[in-house]
Amino acid sequence: MINHFFVILGQKIIAFFYFLGGLANLAFQTVYLSFTPPFKRDDVFEQAKKAGNDSLPIVSLVALFIGLIFALQTAYFMQRIGSEIYIASLVALSVVRELGPVITALVVAGRVGASITAELGSMQVTEQIDALETLATNPVKYLVVPRFLALSLMLPILTLYADIVGILGSYLICVYKLGISSGMYLRVTFDALLNKDLFTGLFKTIFFGMIIALVSCYEGFNVEGGAEGVGRATTKSVVVTFIMIIAADCFFTALFYFIFP
Amino acid sequence: MFRHLVNPNMIEIQGLSKSFNSHSVLDELSLTINTGETCVVIGRSGCGKSVLLKHIVGILKADRGKLLVDGKEVGKLNQKELNALRLKISMVFQGGALFDSMTVAENVGFGLIEHQHLTRKELLEQVEDALSLVGLCGIGNLMPSELSGGMKKRVALARAICIKPEIILYDEPTTGVDPITADSINELIKSLHDKLKVTSVVVTHDMKSAYKVADRIAMMYQGKIIAEGKAEEIQNTGHPVVHQFINGLAKGPITETLEQFR
Repeated sequence: MINHFFVILGQKIIAFFYFLGGLANLAFQTVYLSFTPPFKRDDVFEQAKKAGNDSLPIVSLVALFIGLIFALQTAYFMQRIGSEIYIASLVALSVVRELGPVITALVVAGRVGASITAELGSMQVTEQIDALETLATNPVKYLVVPRFLALSLMLPILTLYADIVGILGSYLICVYKLGISSGMYLRVTFDALLNKDLFTGLFKTIFFGMIIALVSCYEGFNVEGGAEGVGRATTKSVVVTFIMIIAADCFFTALFYFIFP
Repeated sequence: MFRHLVNPNMIEIQGLSKSFNSHSVLDELSLTINTGETCVVIGRSGCGKSVLLKHIVGILKADRGKLLVDGKEVGKLNQKELNALRLKISMVFQGGALFDSMTVAENVGFGLIEHQHLTRKELLEQVEDALSLVGLCGIGNLMPSELSGGMKKRVALARAICIKPEIILYDEPTTGVDPITADSINELIKSLHDKLKVTSVVVTHDMKSAYKVADRIAMMYQGKIIAEGKAEEIQNTGHPVVHQFINGLAKGPITETLEQFR
């Protein structure tokens, strides 16, 4: 019984390191091939357009609701101590520094990452990836690099947009529900935000974009077992991306805490 | 007069072994395929025929053994040399493996678009030529999802010949198509062999197709080539395993060993 437990544990640990190794290998290849010609700018823009189009509606919706909810939740306590005006600075800081980047990354992981895994996974099971190789085309260069560059470009842009929409949500609550004047709200918001808040918020999303692209492509390439395998890989890719985004966020928050005190 | 310059053995396989998760698929397999001949490899489904083809194009790497294509050892080439070799080899996949985000014309011309700098006109001409060779003129603008199974296979064939290869590998070219299409694919393989002098390796378990296209037939069983020879030699074989396979008998040595495992 206890023996069995350690066998399973050992297998899981080996599988985990196998995954990390494979992912690191893919990451090195992707970065290397991103800087070697020929450069396919059109493919990158096409992927960026697709990623942006796919996630824009849902990012808008989620960011708006987060803004509304966050304003209402903080209003609960701020009204008790009579300082409703600080809702503006609280929301601005937490949305720009934390909620905007992470929520956007999670939404894109669920929307775009999952579709990348499903697409590459079905290419894998129908031997299209092998066909690429037999036509002397590197699948990493052809499939991963454009998605990698597109997502690391699109995530900061989408995040900036989500930040604005989130602050707009909170603005609606504060101005129309709590009766704070519009000018006052905006002034407090801009007073609270420093350049470094915006920078740290947007900088880490580049890495979130890379994580989403790499994990979803890796899972897509490693699909085994037909349609069922594609389904399993898609779920796994979303779960793994979520965990890695949160872990990376924790890392960057700690890092920036010490770099920009 | 240049005959002595041409390598007589296009593909030479010596003692090739490959296993997946300790399950041995190729076991010390040896086979030589002459330049310009059509060699048919027969064997049961899942016996590793496709794995063998994937070794020839270098998608899979062997655990042990030597594999020479056109005098070069595939396992020891760097990426650049491997790509150069791959432009001489085309593979026709079982399900076609057409890129479903591209039109038929883009699929057929993929190798040319990626590796040769042609004008749009030249490109379209070559694509149309390849499509007409397989009897599918004027479908360049369709998407692969709009094609039937047999058409997909023929488009895959057109993609394979579009890069003007010296070797074509066919993975079950007649499986899953109706008998008439199957026969037209056989005719096509034969005519490519006669007209373009390509070296072909056909992996199949369709015996009718094997007899029709083969210069030589090799039977693969338990990771080895157990018999090879001309079509008549295989037909009149004394080997019990080959006999069972080519006549499609449910009882015989192949199924007996399977029962031993149960």
